[in-house]
Amino acid sequence: MKPVFTYSEGMERVETSYCPGCTHGIAHRLIVETLIENGELGNAIGVCPIGCSVQAHKFMHVDMCEAAHGRAPAVASGIRRVHPDKPVFTYQGDGDLASIGMGEIIHAASRGERFTTFFINNGIYGMTGGQMAPTTLIGQRSTTSQDGRTVEANGMPIRVAELIAAVDGAAYVERVALDSPAHIRQAKRAVQKAFAVQKMGVGFTMIEFISSCPTNWGLSPVEALGWIKEKMIPYYPLGVKKDITAQNVQEEEA
Amino acid sequence: MATHKLFAAGYGGQGVLMIGQIITYAAMKEDKEVTFLPSYGPEMRGGTANCTVIVSDKQVACPMIYEADILTVMNPPSLTKYESMLKPGGVLFVNASLIDLKPTRSDIQVVNVAANDIAAELGNARSANIVMLGAINRTLHLVEEESIKYVLQNKVFTGRKADLFDINWKAYHAY
Amino acid sequence: MSEKVLMKGNEAFGEAAILSGCNFYFGYPITPQSEIPEYLSRELPKRGGCFIQAESELAAINMAYGAAAAGGNAFISSSAPGIALMQEGLSFMCCAEVPVVVLNVSRCGPGIGGIQPGQADYIQATRGGGNGDYKIPVFAPSTIQEAIDMIYEATYLANKWRNPMMLLTDGMMGQMMEPVVLPEPRKLLTSEEIPQAKPWALSGFDHKNGQRSLIRALHMQPTDLEIQVEKIFTKYDAMEKELPAYAAEGLEGAEIVFVAFGLMSRLVREAIEMLAEEGIKAGLIRPKTLWPYPYAAFDELDFNSTKVVISTELSKGQMIEDVRLGVEGRLPVELIYRTGGVVPTTPEVVERAKKILEGLK
Repeated sequence: MKPVFTYSEGMERVETSYCPGCTHGIAHRLIVETLIENGELGNAIGVCPIGCSVQAHKFMHVDMCEAAHGRAPAVASGIRRVHPDKPVFTYQGDGDLASIGMGEIIHAASRGERFTTFFINNGIYGMTGGQMAPTTLIGQRSTTSQDGRTVEANGMPIRVAELIAAVDGAAYVERVALDSPAHIRQAKRAVQKAFAVQKMGVGFTMIEFISSCPTNWGLSPVEALGWIKEKMIPYYPLGVKKDITAQNVQEEEA
Repeated sequence: MATHKLFAAGYGGQGVLMIGQIITYAAMKEDKEVTFLPSYGPEMRGGTANCTVIVSDKQVACPMIYEADILTVMNPPSLTKYESMLKPGGVLFVNASLIDLKPTRSDIQVVNVAANDIAAELGNARSANIVMLGAINRTLHLVEEESIKYVLQNKVFTGRKADLFDINWKAYHAY
Repeated sequence: MSEKVLMKGNEAFGEAAILSGCNFYFGYPITPQSEIPEYLSRELPKRGGCFIQAESELAAINMAYGAAAAGGNAFISSSAPGIALMQEGLSFMCCAEVPVVVLNVSRCGPGIGGIQPGQADYIQATRGGGNGDYKIPVFAPSTIQEAIDMIYEATYLANKWRNPMMLLTDGMMGQMMEPVVLPEPRKLLTSEEIPQAKPWALSGFDHKNGQRSLIRALHMQPTDLEIQVEKIFTKYDAMEKELPAYAAEGLEGAEIVFVAFGLMSRLVREAIEMLAEEGIKAGLIRPKTLWPYPYAAFDELDFNSTKVVISTELSKGQMIEDVRLGVEGRLPVELIYRTGGVVPTTPEVVERAKKILEGLK
């Protein structure tokens, strides 16, 4: 009998500590699979800052460094200076990247840092117990917006991919979702593209993954995937937000 | 020699710090113990500059001074502000070209140097600080003249500025 | 030995970092240390190193954390409030056992702090300015030459112990010029040499026979974190035996013994000369390390002659706690200080010391 699905060599053979229905595992797998395909798993260095993401090194079989909340892009900038030719990535949540770490991510993008940021946007603080994130939707309940987020009190959710795409040093920015097989296949292509552009050395690369957090959303895993489709994707439209390599091709063709 | 404590003050751009640095380099060349402390901080932006140079034959204890043996003032506010810093019996060098005020103290020795006028006569107004440097060192012999010459040639007037050495060496001897 | 050169403190600190083998520097402008990032931005790229002007001190210390976790030798500098912002990173680096050399060209404080000399970061530096159980050795140079030598040694020690090392100095030291002799440059590590030289560092497991490196500052199980804290404290115990350093001058027969570090120790030395002219014999204990503090220095006191030990500080009685721990109640301990960036004149120190002495009679 031919196995249709096996462990990835890029994943540690340990039981996951993520909640049932959490899509972190899918994002992990897409990253390590791509590194394996590129023959770079043993050459890669990742940074995982505080948030649920800090546990990523327990599962992804690559050299990794834990970082303080929000600081992963600074840490990765330092790593990049020491190892100019290795794949470097950060793996960050939305509380981390879009709130306390907004300064670091903008400036890393602005410097055109040659690493890739994998940004997990599930619209909530996971590890600390479901508090409102900069990406929490209007009307969405959280433990710090118990009657639902309001514009008056909290302002609008931040669309990070569009924001980073507007920074000159960003070379490739795409938003993908992890709610369906078709979207996951597209997410894999985005990860492949991001590592490819990183290797070209033309600028900063970021993939935003719209992800689920059933536990803190108070939904079942299946309902959570439905919430991504119905609530999140309309506010966070999927697609390539910036690709300077495509612009180069167009210019050449013109 | 004992310990000499020099304090020099003036407007920014008058080359006051350079007077101090040239003496410092020259003293170092002679293997003397020396420290150079420029004014820094908000004062720096107020357009005034000053520096403290201590030259000694033993290790310099403290780079800051509460009184100077030698005070050099290149502009009027510096005389007013720092005159009291000079220790009794100390030597005050006054840039007489710019300072009409008379020192108020009688327990000090005053040397008037028309530094700007002398420099202008030589044809290089920017050499006023070197005129003053010459006045100080040729009066008090803090360091050897040869050491000053070495520093001017090898640290100050080098590269594109090398051709300025001759006029400045004249300025050094002009007072 | 190379020949003497005249260098401004801040530039000498930067040069010493390069010569000591630090080729990664991440800086953020803050007076009175901005000449360090200026100098290193100019020099490092020419000499096989790398400079980034960070967006904040938070980013700067974390860039250093990344570079050092990846096996580079990182150097970092700031001034008091900037060092306060870096405490998060320093706590992380101690827990994760990542080396770095940190230089505090201190202001006074609190708040924004004036840029004139101050020593009011003493407790921040010596008691661990950030969260948790950790220690950072702190060196206190009193001349620019000593600062150069200490930076050189600190780079070695940071790697030896895999722990941050700090130098505490002040704006006046940063701005003044003194003749110095520079040390021989250490060889800089290349990216290819790192897996061999620092197998614990991040470089990709293919380069370490499949051995994965994890740099961890989080241990979620209390028992795991306790093990990690105990592990780093075995290093701190060894440092407490190995690192304390001080200079003692004129303790025998001294009536007064001053304790002072850095800039203040130089001023005190002049005060001691002035007191001698008045027939009062005074001595000096000058700690060269502030943590671990050289408590043993106080066993050298001449208990027959000495009537008082005076902590002499540019802070409102911070080091005095360590002086009391060293004196262990054997003599009265008094304080002479100015704060806010005011440096006392030498006669002022002499007068205060004489008053203290008279008060005891």
